[in-house]
Parts: sequence; C-alpha cells; structure tokens
Amino acid sequence: MRHTLSVHVENKSGVLMRITSLFVRRGFNIESLAVGPTERPDVSRVTMRIDCSQHSLEQIEKQMHKLVNVLRVSELGPGEAIERELLLVKVTAPPDRRAELMSLGDVFHARVIDLGPDALIFEVVGTPEELESFEELVRPHGIKELVRTGRIGLGRASAKPDAGRRLALIR
Amino acid sequence: MKMLGADAILRSLEAEGVDIVFGIPGGAILPTYDAFARGTTVRHVLARHEQGAGHMAQGYARASGRVGVALATSGPGATNLVTPIADAWMDSTPLVCLTGQVRSSLIGTDAFQECDITGITIPIVKHSWLVQDVDEIAAVMKAAFHIARTGRCGPVLVDIPRDVQEAELDFSYPDEVDLPGWRPPRRGHPRQIREAARWVAEAERPVLYVGGGTINADACGELKDLAESGRLPVITTLMGKGAFPETHELFAGWPGMHGPKWSNWAMNKADLLVACGARFDDRVTGKLAGFAPGASVVHLDIDAAEIGKLRNADVPVVGPLKQVLRDLGSELRRLHEGDTARRYDGWVDQIFEWRDEFPLRYSTDGELVKPQAVMESLQAATADRDNVIWTTGVGQHQMWAMQYLLCDEPRRFVTSGGLGTMGYGVPAAVGAKAAQPDATVVCVDGDGCFQMTGSELATSVMEDLPIIVAIINNGYLGMVHQWQNLFYDDRLSQVHLTHAVPDYAKLAEAYGALGIMVDERSQVDDAIDQALNAGRTTVIDFRVDPREQCYPMIPAGAAALELIEFEEGAETEGVRAL
Repeated sequence: MRHTLSVHVENKSGVLMRITSLFVRRGFNIESLAVGPTERPDVSRVTMRIDCSQHSLEQIEKQMHKLVNVLRVSELGPGEAIERELLLVKVTAPPDRRAELMSLGDVFHARVIDLGPDALIFEVVGTPEELESFEELVRPHGIKELVRTGRIGLGRASAKPDAGRRLALIR
Repeated sequence: MKMLGADAILRSLEAEGVDIVFGIPGGAILPTYDAFARGTTVRHVLARHEQGAGHMAQGYARASGRVGVALATSGPGATNLVTPIADAWMDSTPLVCLTGQVRSSLIGTDAFQECDITGITIPIVKHSWLVQDVDEIAAVMKAAFHIARTGRCGPVLVDIPRDVQEAELDFSYPDEVDLPGWRPPRRGHPRQIREAARWVAEAERPVLYVGGGTINADACGELKDLAESGRLPVITTLMGKGAFPETHELFAGWPGMHGPKWSNWAMNKADLLVACGARFDDRVTGKLAGFAPGASVVHLDIDAAEIGKLRNADVPVVGPLKQVLRDLGSELRRLHEGDTARRYDGWVDQIFEWRDEFPLRYSTDGELVKPQAVMESLQAATADRDNVIWTTGVGQHQMWAMQYLLCDEPRRFVTSGGLGTMGYGVPAAVGAKAAQPDATVVCVDGDGCFQMTGSELATSVMEDLPIIVAIINNGYLGMVHQWQNLFYDDRLSQVHLTHAVPDYAKLAEAYGALGIMVDERSQVDDAIDQALNAGRTTVIDFRVDPREQCYPMIPAGAAALELIEFEEGAETEGVRAL
C-alpha cells in the first residue's frame, strides 16, 4: 500500500541519509522524495512516497521519531491533505503540431516555458495523478525529456488544525 | 576560557564526570592525546585494538551504569570501533565514541586514513556528529552524553577533524542541551498503567518477562517490589540476567533457545506476559507465531518503537520503567487490597513442580572435564563473595554461564546478547574491572572467542586491571559444532581449532599473566582457588570434553515448546541449578 509521509526535520547535514537509511535497511524503495525549506529557516520538510505495509510504515514512523533531528512525522492521508507536484517535459513540437499541443496544455493549465524550432517545454503543476494523465496525453507526440519534482503536500486548511494523521504515540 | 579544541574535549569529559576512557592513539587524534599529556583527571586505558577499547567501554558501562567512552583515530581506528558500536546498539549500552578525522580540507579526498565513519555508522548509532567548527565542541559533547544515556540507552559517535582539535576556542560547558527533536518519554501514562494492573490482576498465569531495559532503567528494586507484592513469577532474559535475584523464591529462570525446559514452559503456558524492557527477540521467542500462544501481552518499554514490533501488545505502556514499575506495583497492591495477593500461588507452585521435574542435566560419563561441571565449580567457589562480575564471549560457554552462574544483583553479568559478538568477554572484563575495582571479575570465555580479542590480556596486565579468564577450551567453535552436529548430520566443517594451539597457559605467561592448564577433573577446584587468590590476571585453560553440547535447545525457527532435550545416558548429573 502506498503512503505519503511528511517529516519536519532540523535543517542539518546528514538528516536525509538518516531517514532514508531506515527504508534502505528494510529494502523499501522510496518512490518520490522532495525536500525543501518551510516557514521556519531552521526547519525543512521531507515529503516521501513509499509502498509498504501499514505495519512496516508504523515501525518506520516510530524509528523516525527516535532520530534526533526529526521534529515531527505525519502521514498525509488521502482526503485530509492537498498534494501537488511540478513536471517539466520537453515534447517534440514541429510547427504543424504546436497548436494541438498547446490546446492540450490549456486543459491542464500547463504553461509553455520554452519554445524551440522543433520542441517545446511545458511546466505543469497538479496532483501527481493529473501529471500522469498529462504525461500519457503528450507521450504520442514524442517526449524528449521529462522530470518531476516529487510530490509535496500540506494538511488541508479546512480540516482540523493539525490535519494529517499524527502518529499515535502512547506516552 | 581560551583553549584548543583538543583540550576542550578533555574539559568536556571532565565536566561529564568521566573518570576513565579506553582508546588507542593515531594520526588524526594526536592533538587530543597531546592534551592528555598536558594533564587531565581522566584516566586513559591503552587498549591493544580499537575493538578491545570499544568493548572495554561497554563493559565499563554495563558494570557501572555510567556512559562508557572509547577513543580512536580516523580510518582503521574508527572502523575497528564499528563492532562495539553495533553491539552497543543491539544491547542498548550507553557509549560515546570519539574518533579523530582527517583535516577538514582533506575530507572527501581519500586522504590517508580517511573514512566516512559517521556515514558508515548511521544505522547503528542513536546520533552522530562530524564537528565542523571548534566552537561546536562543548555543545556536541554535552548532547552526545545526554543522548547516549537518556531514553533508550545506546551508542553515539563524535567525529572530530584534526584541525578542529588544533583550533582555539573560548570554552564554556553548557548546562542545558538544545535538542528540539530529542524528547524521550518522561512518564508512563497513568491510564495505561491502571489498565496494565487490571490485566495482571485478572490473569491466572502471569509471568514477568524481564529484559535488559529494566537494568538500564535502574528499576530492579521496583521490579522486585512489583513481583513480591503480586507474587508474580519472574523470568529474565540473557540481557536481563541479574535484574531479579536468581536465588529468589519467585525467580523462574531464563527463556529461549537454551533456557531450561521449565522456564520455557512457564513462559509459553502463561496467560499474560508482562514484558519489562524486553523486545521479543527471536532467541527468546523461537518461531514467533508459536510463542506463548495463549498469552496476552502487557508491554512496558521506554522505546515506543518496540511496542508491537514483533508481538502485538494488548496494553502498551511507554515510559521510564522505574516510574512505570513503581506505579504498576502500587496500582496492583490497590487492586489486590492485600488479601488476594496469593491468587497465583497455584501457578507459581506449578512452575516449581516443572522445575523439579525438568532440571538441567548433563552427562558425567568418561574421564574428560565437563564444561557444565566447571561452571558449577565457578559458581560454588564464588558464592560467598559479595562482588563478582561475570563476562562472557558468545557461544556454548555463554549459554552454560547463563544456566549455571547465578546473579543476585544487576550489572553482574556482562555479555553480548543481541549482536552475539565473539571476543566480547576479555575486553568487557577489563572494562568492568575498571568500573568496579573491588569486584572479582571473571571472564568465562570460549577458545574461539579468546583468540579474537585475547591480546587485551596485555591491557589487563599493564593497566593493573586484573581479571580471571576461564577458557572453556573444547578445541572447537563449539556452538557452530553443535549446529553442524544436530542440523547438518554431524558433518563438521571448519570448526576444529584444536585444544593445544595456542597453549593458552603459556600465552598467558607470555603476557605476564598467570597461566594454569586443567585437563583433569580433580584439578578444577584447585585451579579456580588459585586464580581467585592470585591477585593478578590469570588464565585458566579448562580443556573440556569437545562432544559436550548445550541443552536444552530450541532449534532456530522452531516453536519454544519443541525443544530438544538432553538424552539421559548411563551416568548423568541432574542439576537443579536454582
């Protein structure tokens, strides 16, 4: 089963390696990983997508809590959180196909951020699922290069104040 | 106060109350050793191998309850500490390892004796630091000691580049740590503790399953109160050995692969296990699905990650065991209100009937010295001494030591449980002696184990830390031999070491220790007496029967009740170990 974890960490060297080593040890692949700054300069947020059992996930969450530089671990549950990702894709676009591609892009609110004689680059922001749909639609046109940032997410503003399931630690 | 980074390291150790460190110098840690030469109250014990230094620090920590400190240089010095770090991680031993690192400008360039020791040790430390600025030293040292000994104890590593040791700083040791992400549980939840007490009160056949966490938590007094007030039988794991007096009327032995049959029966026929700082290790449970099938579980631990890791807990309590066990005891007394406290007597009596029915047994056939008989002699010869600390290596001798050597107090049995590190015994004994100079420290070792770290005899002799090493010399890697015998149709493969090479008594003499060789039954007691009275490091080479196997045994992967028992021969000794 797939899970999205959001981990608040102190912005210090080695933190990412300590976190990922918990997955590596168990042979789990991290499907997507995004790390970046937050509203606090000393805190970064790691968002990761993992395919593992609920029991393994709970174990890893608890192990993560024990890491000295980890401040908070929460799971971004479907429905409780907003998830977004950014995609850049360079598509083959000879002049006669440009119009078709660009109208396709409009449907996904994709922006053309670079245009060459026979290719263009789209920038798309959306849910990971939307990006996958877009990718499939442009694929017949010829994808030259593609890169995605990995998903990031926040608990919904409309949900209870601390949205996202916090690990229930009995203390 | 202005000083060099190297001096700041020593001032930090002094501020932490460290009286002794174990280490070996080398290039990248030279400035710190120069600081030793300038003067400090910290005693330095010079080991012969960094692995030895690490295990000494572990032995010191386990015997004293304080944080052990090991010191090594970069590269190979640091990698030689990896085994002790992994061992301390598995057995939750508080350990601070300080390593020198190559100069900051050389890091990442494959410089001489460079290795990424913080990277290498990530999966086996609670935390580690590569100190990049001399001004960080005091805060890092403060945090290192704090993390090693708070929450679930364990190892930390501080890697300090040579130029950082040589740089100048204005030193002051902080009073507080600044660790926003380090919040070990401070208190077990009262509701959970009340719930746990209710489950215990309602159980018919409860067992306290006690692990090393109880000793680390300094909660053995609270455990005893709990057991006595509820009249609950107590089983201690290898790491928990000594947490409860082994001559106590409620003591019910040791569980697992080489635990007595009656202890395993008690554990597996219980209807409630109260796990106290124990982690359902596979050497205790055997096949997990078949372990204590009828038992509910109350799990008390400082580490939330242990709850439900292997066995579901019906009532989890996360918190420091000293408080949790104390509150559980008083809650249980309240529930029992004095008069129902004897309700488990039938169960306790049943366990002790099993004990009388299934004692530990071994063959007394033939002329050769039996390893179990050596253990009995060691136990008898030391029974009237107040302060005896046993250390062991790993293997058959370790299991016999568990079965036959009785500990009435915690921190008297120092062994490598989780990692199973052969060679742990001799250096751990040196460290234990450093922690408890008045104790009689006896390392029960195997011949295979001794050959891994026996060079630390030199440390024992030269540092005036006298120990007794009782080598149970069967000429084999005994436990591997046993597995090949039982599970590989006795096809022995690469396990024969020979009794005589090296000649351990001569080797001991070469190290300046006393060496005694014993190959007849009549010599055993005299040799032990001689060693106990020698007042200096002594090695006894007990040449024992190589075909003697350690029973009972639960084969790996089998359920605990499927244990293999000793088959009685013509002449057998039935030993009621307790």
